[in-house]
Amino acid sequence: MHNYYNPEVETASREKLNQIQTKNLIEQVKHVYDNVPLYRERMDAKGVKPEDIKSLDDLKKLPFTSKQDLRDTYPYGMFAVPMEDVTRIHASSGTTGKQIVVGYTDGDMDIWNTCVARQLTAIGATKEDKVHVSYGYGLFTGGLGLHGGSHKIGCTTIPVSSGNTARQLTIMQDFGSTILGSTPSYAMYLGESAERAGIDTSKLPLKAGIFGAEPWTEEMRQSIEKSLNIKAYDIYGLTEICGPGVAFECTEQNGMHVNEDHFIIEIIDPETGENLPDGEKGEIVFSSITKKAFPLLRFRTKDIGVITHEKCACGRTFVRMSKPLGRVDDMLIVRGVNLFPSQIEAVLLKENHSPNYQIIVDRNGSLDSFEVDIEMNEEHFSDKPSDIIKMEKSLENKFKSALGIKPKVNLVSPDTIPRSEGKAVRVVDKRKVYSNK
Amino acid sequence: MIKQISIFATNKPGQVVKAADALSNENIDIRAMCVADTQDFGIIRLIVNNTQKAKEALSKHKCIVSITNVVGIKIPDTPGSTKKALELLYANGINIDYMYAFVTKSKEYAYFVMRVENPEEAEKVLSEGDVEIITQEEIENI
Repeated sequence: MHNYYNPEVETASREKLNQIQTKNLIEQVKHVYDNVPLYRERMDAKGVKPEDIKSLDDLKKLPFTSKQDLRDTYPYGMFAVPMEDVTRIHASSGTTGKQIVVGYTDGDMDIWNTCVARQLTAIGATKEDKVHVSYGYGLFTGGLGLHGGSHKIGCTTIPVSSGNTARQLTIMQDFGSTILGSTPSYAMYLGESAERAGIDTSKLPLKAGIFGAEPWTEEMRQSIEKSLNIKAYDIYGLTEICGPGVAFECTEQNGMHVNEDHFIIEIIDPETGENLPDGEKGEIVFSSITKKAFPLLRFRTKDIGVITHEKCACGRTFVRMSKPLGRVDDMLIVRGVNLFPSQIEAVLLKENHSPNYQIIVDRNGSLDSFEVDIEMNEEHFSDKPSDIIKMEKSLENKFKSALGIKPKVNLVSPDTIPRSEGKAVRVVDKRKVYSNK
Repeated sequence: MIKQISIFATNKPGQVVKAADALSNENIDIRAMCVADTQDFGIIRLIVNNTQKAKEALSKHKCIVSITNVVGIKIPDTPGSTKKALELLYANGINIDYMYAFVTKSKEYAYFVMRVENPEEAEKVLSEGDVEIITQEEIENI
């Protein structure tokens, strides 16, 4: 069974997709050049005119957009249509700096809702379904984003918003929610709460969930699927580009299909800005090529990911992106290998070890040293030193198979890993070579 | 059989003090103590007068603690006594993981604590060879 919302686009040949993207890109470049002063200045400075953009290959002639650019033009500097045409505003939470304001025209809202409708349809949603939205409603794009997609299909939309777990569970049981949308951590919490409340989730009509807006692991997916007795799907989006629905998972659960008629994804080397081929890890860059109110060219997400154009068993031809593997700012290069704290965390979670850890990288002569301190927990403590040493060695081998390089593992007493402002310091890089990063 | 408390300690200054501080706050008497160390971490082993209370106090101070059953013996403080006890274990093929000794106010006896794979068996062998085994109650009331 293949569930397509727009079958002709979702399964279009690469040639056809290229045509759509090229046409949209050419129009969009002209639109931003004419309406966004920052883009006009940047393109002029590079000596690029809109008419120089004739094919997808010409994309790399265009300047990048950074999060800082959006802060500098706060609140409306990047808007490309008159305010009278803007019918919706959303904003990013601003946890890593000043918030970012984005706008949508009616047409943009339709694009966004369509993208989310494709996600919902891909996992089997029809008009018969009851979509329980536990993402927060408000400036955050999660709640209203999923809401709009659900509405577009004609599902029964239940706008619960976030919080009040007992009420969420009551609604789920009494209203008969069939599809849940929330952050993955909240889904885990709902599963645990259901268990505590003695609710047998296998008796609930709930069958699937769409989870995004924060990083999550394969282990979390398994845990959510088990506790809520559903299939758990990943959705990718970012406020700057559109909100949830930029890319979505199908029932293959093997990467997220990018809605390529509306967004172009590139993977670049974060140091040089050069494009990287399929299969190589790099920074994810998005261009929105149809949205009119807040169009961005080559926006650097700072997320690290991989893409593949390999055919997906679901029949969709849209390129697939991996779950973000980490943040550019978090990426460490040790002995030539790229690694992320999230990879360490995944191993610890799987091995049932404390997630309190610290990575210490140093350089002795020309060689990188790589150590991971992990706080001991009572469950793993043995009175015999040889058992503890054995456990350290076993973890070292687990890391080696997950990361490709072997750290030295030290199990340490609780509370010995320094915390700053309540947040543990995950990486200590004592090498002087990367001091400018 | 007696209960021993083991505490996991990172090789950093202050770890033993932290444990001792947790115990003194709760008025717990330390009967015996031994610190085993490797290159990167240590294990502090304690015999105290109130094991359960000590465990709670240490856990409250975020120490990683485990309780192990160990064999305690009491031997006359005279040359040759230790040898006798150890020979009994050796003759019966019992391997000692570790042991430590302590004395008390009484000058007549010395005490040993030893960890073996099978403490019941070790106690049987020792008591059949006339080595005096100490009980948890005894250690609490020294």
